[in-house]
Amino acid sequence: MSASHEYDAIVVGGGHNGLTNGAYLAKAGLKTLVLERRHLVGGAAITEELYPGFAFTTFSYALSLIRPVIVHELELVKHGFNPIYMPTTFAPMENGDYLLLGADRDENLREIMRHSPRDADAMDRFDHDLTRVLQLLRPLFDRPPPNIFGKSPEDAQDISWLLGHLGSAEPKVIHDAVRLITGSITDFLDDYFESEIIKGHLAAGSTTGTKVGPMSAGSGLVFLMMAMGEHDGNLGSWSFHKGGNGGFAQVLARAARSYGAEIRLEAPVDHVLTRDGRAVGVVLTDGTEFHADIVVSSLDPRRTFTELVDPRELPTELVDSINRFQFNGTSAKVNFALDGPPLYPALGDRTDQYGGFISIGPSIEYLERAYDASKYGWYSERPYIDGCIQSFLDPDMAPPGKHVMSCFVQYAPYHLKGSDWDSERDRFGDVVQATLESFFPGFSDLVLHREVVTPLDIERVTGLSEGNIYAGDFLLPQMYFFRPAPGWAQYRTPIDGYYQCGSGTHPGGCVMGAPARLASQAILKDRSRG
Amino acid sequence: MVLTTPFHPRLAELNTAELWGHWSGHLSATQYTTAPKHEYFGVRNAVGLFDASPLYKYAISGRDAERLLGGIFARDIRTCRPGRAQYTLWCDDRGFVLEDGVVFRRSANDFLLTAAEPNLSFLQNQTGSLDVTIDEVSRQFAVLAVQGKRARAALASLVPEVEELRYFGHAPTKIAGTAVTVSRTGFSGDLGFELMVPADDALAVFDAVWDAGLGHQMRPFGDIALDILRIEAGLPLIGREFTSSRYAFNDHDRFTPDELGLGWLLKGIEDETRPYVGRRALLAERAARASRWSTVGIVVDWAAYDALYYDAGLLPPKDGPAAAWETMLYDESGARAGYATSYVYSPLLQAHIGIARVRPELAAAGTRVAVEQTVNHAYTIVPATVTTLPFFNPERKTSMT
Repeated sequence: MSASHEYDAIVVGGGHNGLTNGAYLAKAGLKTLVLERRHLVGGAAITEELYPGFAFTTFSYALSLIRPVIVHELELVKHGFNPIYMPTTFAPMENGDYLLLGADRDENLREIMRHSPRDADAMDRFDHDLTRVLQLLRPLFDRPPPNIFGKSPEDAQDISWLLGHLGSAEPKVIHDAVRLITGSITDFLDDYFESEIIKGHLAAGSTTGTKVGPMSAGSGLVFLMMAMGEHDGNLGSWSFHKGGNGGFAQVLARAARSYGAEIRLEAPVDHVLTRDGRAVGVVLTDGTEFHADIVVSSLDPRRTFTELVDPRELPTELVDSINRFQFNGTSAKVNFALDGPPLYPALGDRTDQYGGFISIGPSIEYLERAYDASKYGWYSERPYIDGCIQSFLDPDMAPPGKHVMSCFVQYAPYHLKGSDWDSERDRFGDVVQATLESFFPGFSDLVLHREVVTPLDIERVTGLSEGNIYAGDFLLPQMYFFRPAPGWAQYRTPIDGYYQCGSGTHPGGCVMGAPARLASQAILKDRSRG
Repeated sequence: MVLTTPFHPRLAELNTAELWGHWSGHLSATQYTTAPKHEYFGVRNAVGLFDASPLYKYAISGRDAERLLGGIFARDIRTCRPGRAQYTLWCDDRGFVLEDGVVFRRSANDFLLTAAEPNLSFLQNQTGSLDVTIDEVSRQFAVLAVQGKRARAALASLVPEVEELRYFGHAPTKIAGTAVTVSRTGFSGDLGFELMVPADDALAVFDAVWDAGLGHQMRPFGDIALDILRIEAGLPLIGREFTSSRYAFNDHDRFTPDELGLGWLLKGIEDETRPYVGRRALLAERAARASRWSTVGIVVDWAAYDALYYDAGLLPPKDGPAAAWETMLYDESGARAGYATSYVYSPLLQAHIGIARVRPELAAAGTRVAVEQTVNHAYTIVPATVTTLPFFNPERKTSMT
């Protein structure tokens, strides 16, 4: 074995968490190798020229949850961190009207009053109450979950920190948090609003990536997760990274390399090497071995615990937990190269409404009906679409005057009843395009190229099991103390030296980086103890 | 898209400075000319027009309207007879101010509330089983404030009712054939009236008022001039002197009426027959003398202010809009005394003045404090004296002649 195959740490997977973890470990002085199966880094955060001149964010398409502490600790600004904040969100309605919100609070109130005068001051109260909940939860995203099953003095300290933190909050804030975490977003919004479009617009993010409808218990939790991000101290604000989320992955890769991490592409790991219950390295599918005392999996829990290692080396209870961990991929992407901007009849030639999310989900009922199909193993015939025409803010992504449009679509359940995604891919694309056509007449005439990405495609290309974009559903029994399994939420595994750093660990998915950062802290703490 | 008010076509012609700000989603003139101080002088010496149309307006009517408002407002609405208006405020259950506004009583069961912020669902959520209807009528009416020394003289021929209107009285009238409500109210601390005009007829009314003002040196004034006027008048502004307790993140940004110097609105708080939101907390605050702040005026020692700059080889700045930030105050020992929420040069007092919050033991008129000031890019202090508010309160504001 050549010396060049010896490392202090090996990270399996070059997605945003793998890169982040590798960067932290390298920064701490570890000789670190990041192994990526594909020809490019980023995992699900990639940008590809799938049609000449058009940069597609094939999967992940917007940025919000990346923890500010990571931006600073990894000096990402130096490496090209460049989020472009979204100036607007636009929600078309089925009657031809719309809700267009921007950066100015007073103008937003005017726009809301157009739909319901009553909802104007309700929006102020809702925003404030939500912000209070986000403030409460924010510190939990920068710390590992306490091990509530642990008995060590350190565990007791962590638990006591959590109780103290929650105990210092006002009762209403705690109650709002519990209502959101356990309840439906519909119930929460009904306390404030009457307008269908305002509720639909706010609820649209409450089901992202998860098999729940806005009326389901659990949609409040997804809503909270989608609101947890921040830019410049504005909680819940979103951006497009320059060059798409693939552009952001490149920033992370540059940061990792600057600290000395080595990134190998087209290096698919077959399994983790263990000896006497300890991780000692990895083997690629071509038999090449790399050795390190620290091996970190950024893959999802199913792959981390049942594919990269032999489940027979693990406690039965953990394997059982992982086997019942729910993926339920339910989202798809349909991306378009467009010959020009889509037009919305009520706004004439205007295009300033396309600065951010274009949310096709005009009411709770629309969203819930879209969800219904997925319960019975089929995709929505009139889906919820979160559209983004990134080329309006980042003209480098398409030729002048032309546009690239990313459409995140729900519901598209991984398991179809009576068919399969290879058979349904084109028809599904047609359903999405027809829905867009109904809101933007003439849309289809603009389409130069269409890329349909089903949950099966997400799984095949990125390795995310069942195409679940979070590496595991955002369901309460799979969060915080329990992500990915009770007793194993502190980034360690039963195999010494084998760690997990992916979105299947706390705080979870989205381009957040927090799991990788917290994992690196656990790894370095263990290492310093020898 | 920012909106314009019904008076905008005329005011845009008059706005030679072309400077506009935003107020509740509407264009609102920052200043009309290159010298907002002259717009200020226009009010104090002649008559000025201010477009207050972006205010939120609610029509509150029904058998239980008085009961509803009596249970919300800290000031006793029962003492407001038809044809009268009240400056009022409302609190949360801890006695912290939510907002202020002016309520017009049009008849026994018919009120109109103007406020700076939207309140429809807040008000509706308080109604319970009461027989009361609340309608949002913000966009139905434009509001033209006619303020200043010659306001009555300018309007007299057009609106004879102004001769009979008492301070905070209102009356129906007709201008250019349009039904208008004229009230003796305003935010300038001077003699003045406000015209509430159906939005569709706003321009005809404006033209008639403008014609009536010919010979009286009538001119429009913008936000900068208004700010100087209202600070001289000691009138609190939401967003400056206080923010709504509902949106505060902690109690540092919550204030009681007593702390805001608005304790006079609580007249009759001992009356057990009118329970209202926050009353018990406000009584407890008084009983325990628990107010954290007193709101006072401060007048800067002009000679010291001038010396500070002249000694540094500079000219003492006495122009410009009110400070956009809180200005820190210190007591004679150098300890923190509080802060000015509004701080501006007053041409009438020939000194810098401020609406300030100080520790209650420093509230007596004549107490010496020091104001933080930056000279030559370094912090220094300038002495000031605590005074009562308002700074300017001319007899004409309330007199009948």
